[in-house]
Amino acid sequence: MSMGSRVRTPWSGDYWFLFRNLIVKDFRIRYRNMSLGVLWSLINPLVVMGVLTFIFGRVFGGDRPPLFPVFVLCGLVPYNFFTGAFLSGTLAIVENSPLVKRVPVPRETIPVAVVLSNGVHLLIQIALLLGFTLAYGLRPTVAWLWLPPVWLLYVIFLCGLALGSSAINVYVRDTRYLVESFNMVLFYLVPIFYSFSIIPPRYAAVYQFNPVAAMVLAMRNILMDGHAPPQSLIFNLVIVATVTLGLGLLIFRSLQRRFYEHL
Amino acid sequence: MNPGILSFDGVTKTFAHRAGQALLRDRITDLLFPSRRPRFEALKSISFALQPGESLGLVGPNGAGKSTLLNMATGLMDPDAGRINVHGRVAALLELGAGFHPDLTGAENLRINASMLGLTRAQTDARTNAIVEFAGVPEFMDEPLRTYSSGMVLRLAFSVAVHVDADILLIDEMIGVGDQAFQERALEKIGALRRAGKTIVLATHSAGLMTSLCERALWLERGQTLMLGDTRAVLNAYKAKTVPARS
Repeated sequence: MSMGSRVRTPWSGDYWFLFRNLIVKDFRIRYRNMSLGVLWSLINPLVVMGVLTFIFGRVFGGDRPPLFPVFVLCGLVPYNFFTGAFLSGTLAIVENSPLVKRVPVPRETIPVAVVLSNGVHLLIQIALLLGFTLAYGLRPTVAWLWLPPVWLLYVIFLCGLALGSSAINVYVRDTRYLVESFNMVLFYLVPIFYSFSIIPPRYAAVYQFNPVAAMVLAMRNILMDGHAPPQSLIFNLVIVATVTLGLGLLIFRSLQRRFYEHL
Repeated sequence: MNPGILSFDGVTKTFAHRAGQALLRDRITDLLFPSRRPRFEALKSISFALQPGESLGLVGPNGAGKSTLLNMATGLMDPDAGRINVHGRVAALLELGAGFHPDLTGAENLRINASMLGLTRAQTDARTNAIVEFAGVPEFMDEPLRTYSSGMVLRLAFSVAVHVDADILLIDEMIGVGDQAFQERALEKIGALRRAGKTIVLATHSAGLMTSLCERALWLERGQTLMLGDTRAVLNAYKAKTVPARS
């Protein structure tokens, strides 16, 4: 079948205004019916941190890394953002099908806006992490200047991931369950409650290219060790973010041609 | 040929039957046996060209392809073959209120909708009063949309759509926009936009409305063009076929 073509005046609106509105929409809808609202962003990591501290301090006893609550939060914050943004990003197109089917809006903005609206929780959790860091007697260093660029790369990585998975989920609705299982397994595959130093060298490669693990390591480097993450880690993050965004856009653009009939 | 402001050139669109199946198994079957799934043609080689200020009426029975044509002109679907040219901003009055969220207030929905239809923040702020006034729901703007009657939602959606300054208006079955009084105002507004030189593509079963707004009409049947020409001539031919003269 020969492909048809469409030539049209590109969408000429205001991307920032659109993003702002879509993010506010996503955020308001999620919290409109919760009395504790954004406090949930704080409660979840605090509870998980408390449980892990209890298990590895009292049940297994002894040999846990120093400053364990900060150590665990350094793992939980990147992990929580990943799982939240990945799952809600995957569902973005299917859950906004009235929009996709009826409003001529640039569709790429939908999953990206959902990831960015998870960024609001992320900011709250980063504030919590920094609060704990200071409370445990660690002091800000120049290395803290690395926080904005590494988080930016991480958010770009997740935007790319959400673009790809949201498009695939339109065609294969099982994607959602795949993502949920993956998120659960990831909790153990990322050094959240254990340290990088105990990973046997032959498995190191598995962690090296895992951007979630890279973020956890970067957080511990910056906040606990007070030095910049290794150059190789930054380099990996740049590569992973760029490639994921490129691939995600490519997948999204080729699959969106038939979104209408599959929604 | 000058493609004008909106043109279709040999546009064909096919749909797969059972395209709604979205399990992994179905996708694998598709990949292995790409031609197994029967397809039907929703539009077959449709061509027309509209110059700025020209309007087109779409006639035909349900399922003839009128909505598919409007969706494709809006940019919600791409053709399988042929070419669609659109030069200018499009406002689609297809399913009013699509994309509105019941838990958000009227004011929030208004802003989100305006930004999606391409208005900047400054334009939205400048036009908000006019939109609210035309919709006639000022006292409800800070209430969640789920407390609105369905007529009020339609009025708000219609009002946003006609205030985005589109060059092309795509309208599907305007009947049922609010009460009698609002319907009259809506038609008046569309007439005014028409006189201001906007291009309108209108699908309706109301012959009077089509004659008053469109100089040309396209008769579709099972996705094919049966006739394209002067509105009165097309409507007469259509009526002659659907209501056979009893002599």
